[in-house]
Amino acid sequence: MRLLKRIYKNKTSLCGLILVTLFALTALLAPVLAPVENPNNPYQLPQAGYQIEPHPPSAQHWFGTTEQQYDLYYGVVWGTRLAFKIGITVTLLAFLIGLLIGGIAAYFGGKVDEALMRLTDVVFAVPSLVLAMVIAAMLGPDLKNMMIALTAVAWPSYARLVRGDILSIKQQGYVTAARTLGASGLRIFTRHIVPNAIYPSVVVASLDIGYVVLTAASLSFLGLGAQPGTADWGQLIAMARNWVLGTPGHPLAYWYTVVAPGGAIFLFVLGWNLLGDAFRDILDPRQG
Amino acid sequence: MMRFVLRRLCLLPLVVLGVTFLLFFLTQRLSPEMRASLYVKDPRQMGALEEVIREYGLRDNVFKQYGRWLKNVAQGDLGYSPSANMPVLQALKKYLPATIQLAFVTMILVVFFGVWFGAASAVHKDKWQDNLARFVSVGGFSLPIFVLGLILLMVFYGQLHWFAPGGYSIQTDIIIHGGTFKTYTGFLLIDSLLNGQWRVFGDVFSHLILPAITLCIGSFALMVRVMRSSMLEELGKDYVRTARAKGLAEYQVIYKHAGKNAIIPVITLAGIQFVRLLGGTVIVETIFDYPGIGRFGVLAAQQLDIAGILGFSLLVAVLFVFGNLLCDLLYTAVDPRIRLE
Repeated sequence: MRLLKRIYKNKTSLCGLILVTLFALTALLAPVLAPVENPNNPYQLPQAGYQIEPHPPSAQHWFGTTEQQYDLYYGVVWGTRLAFKIGITVTLLAFLIGLLIGGIAAYFGGKVDEALMRLTDVVFAVPSLVLAMVIAAMLGPDLKNMMIALTAVAWPSYARLVRGDILSIKQQGYVTAARTLGASGLRIFTRHIVPNAIYPSVVVASLDIGYVVLTAASLSFLGLGAQPGTADWGQLIAMARNWVLGTPGHPLAYWYTVVAPGGAIFLFVLGWNLLGDAFRDILDPRQG
Repeated sequence: MMRFVLRRLCLLPLVVLGVTFLLFFLTQRLSPEMRASLYVKDPRQMGALEEVIREYGLRDNVFKQYGRWLKNVAQGDLGYSPSANMPVLQALKKYLPATIQLAFVTMILVVFFGVWFGAASAVHKDKWQDNLARFVSVGGFSLPIFVLGLILLMVFYGQLHWFAPGGYSIQTDIIIHGGTFKTYTGFLLIDSLLNGQWRVFGDVFSHLILPAITLCIGSFALMVRVMRSSMLEELGKDYVRTARAKGLAEYQVIYKHAGKNAIIPVITLAGIQFVRLLGGTVIVETIFDYPGIGRFGVLAAQQLDIAGILGFSLLVAVLFVFGNLLCDLLYTAVDPRIRLE
């Protein structure tokens, strides 16, 4: 509650909260906002004809249509739902793996710790976008493989975070107290240390959703994620690439093909970033 | 200090081996027939797949195949890249200078404007300059580079015709490959000056501007934040008050005293960002069709050019680890209070 109050007081973080809430509502209400045409796969974009040239916004297509008459409004709405799906799945999976590996490293220490931490070094040795790109390419471009690739590059930072927190909590007075009371090592670890170590990492992880969605969109943009026809922001922007130069005499003729999905992803990431800044300020005990 | 450097240098092969083995392991998901077909260029020879599989030992276990790849790498043979249509090593040599050139120009933009905006933001705290700089920095942090790249391309190429995509124009291409143009360093910006070709220099530079602006946005946002907070911290210190009390002009207090100290974290950040830019080049080079290492990597990934992907990852891993090591060393050089253990 105090957290919400502090967010409410700060104008920029309030903007972030509003943006994220709006996107969450859009994702939840997607079937109402943009009725599904293909019940087997709601993430399949409806197509109004097979003309190649994009059409500007109109009464039927509020945001216009992109290449091959895919509806941009439907794409933005269902793309929001897909963004949450990707963001939450990847962050959750990566966090669980990180918790497991970081926990094992901190619990056993010594050689196990050294080996696992060198493993995280390996993943950190290449920029995450590049590594995710290469893994996604090797697995074959589709949505599921892209999420696997994103998880594969995301877990090491959580593993390090959890390990660090566990090691610092090990030194706390209440752990020593539990030990003197005769609690077993495993019990102390699972009941006293882990629950306390998890909390800050959970917050950090949840704020990474914006970043995960951004990386996912980058992969889709490069053609290594969602396939053409999927309601995915990165994929819609990739389609817009062919139309950036407009027609002779009207260089900006197809602006909506970039602005609709580009604006959605910008506002989404902006919302998470603003919220993230607020949380970091609140969690930082050095600031009153 | 020496121990730290040695330890990191020992880790380098481990990390590079780890990354390449991981990727090599992933390639095993593809059937031997699929991997063999990558070696066959003429569709009429597809019948010879079995022969290719035997010749390259594609059915051996992973470790044996990986060992063979490593042996070839040690001999300078990274394989042939179908996507670039040349040996991988030659492709890397050809494309790397263009990317370093791009990252360098980007870094100059980032540092110059980042320091400027950040300092102005701190000096005019909570005034409109500060709000503008903060707005730009939060926005820049959230704007995906592929969206910004497309918008810039739309406006400055489509609408205004100021800049064009690609690495250089056709006229430049003719000069470079005309026979009289000597290659000294592989960096076109430097080579063109050494050859006295001002037109080539201008042309290459103008092709660099849009990708560099696009690439700089994320780092720029970070730079503004760091410079702002660092400058605010310095401005609150006693020596600044002393300088003011001595009656120094305000610009001298800000630029000669506080500014000089505030810039320390910015320099180290610039080093780290220079390495980070490597990731961003992948997207920027694809959008602007800029002939660098990132575009090579993307093409290899899109076309499942395994030799190309492995070579690209190897190079990036080596650059990244070395770059990070250099940054850590730079850190101690700039701020002697930091000791590496």
